[in-house]
Amino acid sequence: MTDFPAVHPEPVPVLALGDILLVTLRGDLYDGAAEQLQYDITQRIANSPVPVGGVVIDLSGVEIVDSFLGRILAEIAASARLLATRTILAGMRPAVAITLVELGLTLPGLDTALDIDRALALLGRAPSVVRPATAEEGA
Amino acid sequence: MHAPLTPTTRLPIGSDADLAWLRQHVRQCAADLGFGLVQQTKLVTAASELARNTLVHGGGGHVEITTPADGARRGLRLSFVDNGPGIRDVDLALTDGYTTGGGLGMGLSGAKRLVQDFVLDTRPGLGTTVTITEWVSGFPAPRPGVR
Repeated sequence: MTDFPAVHPEPVPVLALGDILLVTLRGDLYDGAAEQLQYDITQRIANSPVPVGGVVIDLSGVEIVDSFLGRILAEIAASARLLATRTILAGMRPAVAITLVELGLTLPGLDTALDIDRALALLGRAPSVVRPATAEEGA
Repeated sequence: MHAPLTPTTRLPIGSDADLAWLRQHVRQCAADLGFGLVQQTKLVTAASELARNTLVHGGGGHVEITTPADGARRGLRLSFVDNGPGIRDVDLALTDGYTTGGGLGMGLSGAKRLVQDFVLDTRPGLGTTVTITEWVSGFPAPRPGVR
């Protein structure tokens, strides 16, 4: 009973939700796509017409984080910080957390949250702002 | 050691697409053998680190995958083979934080910590083979001295 995760050689989309940038990583990421994402996020922060209130990276669909992806995530957070924006990693799986600790990558300085709602709360945003439950409720 | 139950599978390591395919293949094999989720995750992560070393430091190579049996125990064994420059100072290369490739220097040392059995064979100028073996435990990897 194993389902193959999808492999995504293509770029990862960076979504804007209000002034928050949301990135959802899924399945397996090519090294090149991870490096492209690092560039895309910093460009989006630098070129945004309004100050970016934070970057949330949803890892709930990611099955492994190795030292390469760990370094990319840490560098995204570090460059976002230099551009006056916080980055929160959301939804890391327990098996991934255990593996990262044994690997020796505890990523100090990276903010984490158990899920996207809590990540938004850390950034001072109400989750409902980015969750249009019904069309009528929106805005 | 008994003979492998299945023939050796050989996959190339020559691009980051190969790394992604290898991770999927290893996860599938580990799941089929009955590894738990944490054990699967550790093994795939170790495989990813070693495959990237083969690609970046060894100039590419291949991985050989076998499923050895030891009595009733079944395992998964991965050998990462390259014909690159080899590792001059193995102790140094296995030190946390030591890097020649622009990474965090956790690849080799981290991979060693993630698996039950780790063997590094390197000859300067002739290449490097790293072989890791993980046995189905159903529990977190047993560690001497813990509890």
